[in-house]
Amino acid sequence: MSFSVTEPSRGTKWFAGLLVVGYAIITLIPLLWIVATGFKSPTDSIAYPPIVVFEPTLEGYVNLFTDRTRATPEMLEAAGPPTTWYEEITRNRGTVISGPSRYGERFLNSVIIGFGSTALTMILGTAAAYAFSRFRVPLKDDLLFFILSTRMMPPIAVAIPIFLMFRNLGLNDTHLGMILLYTAVNLSLSVWLLKGFIDEIPIEYEEAALIDGYTRFQAFYKVVLPQAATGIASTAIFCLIFAWNEYAFAVLLTSGTAQTAPPFIPTIIGTSGKDWPAVAAGATIFLVPVMVFTVLLRKHLLRGITFGAVRK
Amino acid sequence: MDSPIDRAAIKTPDGIARRIRGLSDRTIAWIFVAPTIFLLLAVNIFPLIWTIRLSFTDFRVNRPNNAIEWVGLRNYERILTDPDIWATMQATAHFLIWTLVLQVLIGFTLAFLINMKFKGNDLWTTIIVFPMMLSPAVVGNFWTFLYQPQIGLFNYAVAFVTGADPASFSMIGDVNLAPWAIVIADTWMWTPFVMLICLAGLRSIPDSIYEAAECDRASKWRQFWTITLPLALPFLMLAVLFRGIENFKMFDLVVQLTGGGPGNTTTLTSIDLKREAFEKWRTGYSSAYAVILFVTVFGLASIYVKALNKVKER
Repeated sequence: MSFSVTEPSRGTKWFAGLLVVGYAIITLIPLLWIVATGFKSPTDSIAYPPIVVFEPTLEGYVNLFTDRTRATPEMLEAAGPPTTWYEEITRNRGTVISGPSRYGERFLNSVIIGFGSTALTMILGTAAAYAFSRFRVPLKDDLLFFILSTRMMPPIAVAIPIFLMFRNLGLNDTHLGMILLYTAVNLSLSVWLLKGFIDEIPIEYEEAALIDGYTRFQAFYKVVLPQAATGIASTAIFCLIFAWNEYAFAVLLTSGTAQTAPPFIPTIIGTSGKDWPAVAAGATIFLVPVMVFTVLLRKHLLRGITFGAVRK
Repeated sequence: MDSPIDRAAIKTPDGIARRIRGLSDRTIAWIFVAPTIFLLLAVNIFPLIWTIRLSFTDFRVNRPNNAIEWVGLRNYERILTDPDIWATMQATAHFLIWTLVLQVLIGFTLAFLINMKFKGNDLWTTIIVFPMMLSPAVVGNFWTFLYQPQIGLFNYAVAFVTGADPASFSMIGDVNLAPWAIVIADTWMWTPFVMLICLAGLRSIPDSIYEAAECDRASKWRQFWTITLPLALPFLMLAVLFRGIENFKMFDLVVQLTGGGPGNTTTLTSIDLKREAFEKWRTGYSSAYAVILFVTVFGLASIYVKALNKVKER
């Protein structure tokens, strides 16, 4: 082991590690509580004192995906024995499944709008970032600053005219409208980030390709794109997470057909009082993909959250 | 402007330039930039101009048949003299100041500790980062469950530590506690953001400076105040800028947590604006409100960035 005067002593490191791990555990508790509540029965979920050890049940998940009606014993008798495991769970509560809930649709909307806007953002953003990075574009600096400054506006303030505009164009509560909106919002972040990534690719590669007889287009997609692949991928994940998590525009501009999951999850209610296991189940399914993406993104996280202002 | 490509483009000999077939660079540049510019104009610039226009009228979305009248600066005058708006601004200021103070203190401390490079620090950093990546609305909604009197985990934990009755206080129902409920949830969510930026700042300080200080027999305490803090300060200020702008716009987390209540104690400007625009449908009035907010953020951010650049130059 090499000796360094600046390296903290073993004891200090131990103490620092202990404090950080302690904070991490405390900060994780609310998230673990969401996951755990999803597997609790309604009575367990509101028990006092809060219980940590419980018998796991999928009732929350069944309630999340189904609409149920209360049934009298005679009706249950007439319906015959339950044929599936999820029917059995609802029968035990004296209810029958009347159909699927809206959660599936809302989740699918989130997927369509999230991936749709991310794909569009990346196509437009990569092209624009390449042009900003490699060509003389008039008013380049002003344009980039302006793109960024649009993010300073509270979403509600922007939502007023967008609401009017969408209403006139028939885009209110449509997938296309939301995809275009999220694309426009994400473009500022992605052009800024992607320009940083492309700036880092040595210009000599393209020059060599051009000398070899490639056209600009060929040089762009055969040389620059593969080089920028990691940067593009991490930018795409950032755009996806933004569209996935977005709430303000979604709650104001969508109500039915194109509503995404974030405005929907808080509206989940049970037959008697708030059905917290169902809410927690919905939240778990919605949040876990983002956690996976966060782990994938960890090397570029800093760059993404600071608009490329801080690069490691 | 003087990027390598500009220099390279100028220096490209004619012989090679002639061999580059296809579209000229100028055309390609425009093809590449035009769609982005168009979309940004349509969804960012055009609405902004429309908002400014509407702010001088008495237009109401729910009464489209009424004739729109120009009212000049009356909307602005009414907003700036409305005592309720100033109460909202105070709630926002309380939220802004306390979240910034707590997040900077905790975030910087965490970054400082992580920078000791103990075993497994990467793994724990990633775990700490989780809350800030999640949907604020979904998480905020779940925090109302944690804040329930009696059954809520937060109340239980506080009661466990202080010995109070967990049913005796309601974080989101009490006028005095609600402003703190949103500060706590926001701090939980966004401290990792400040931490990550501070960590980058601390890692950018070269070891050689500390080695020199060690040779000069400077105490660890002195090293912290004369090396660590000044050199990490630009990063810390950048984190404050980002969090400041974000929390000034704060909507999703708080609207789900308290909905602005009880009373108006947690009605931040964005929530107030939403009520004016989408519940009372005072479109002209709320447009003026939006313009005022935008000018405020933009003005404050510009002053701040100037200060930040001064610190960087030192």
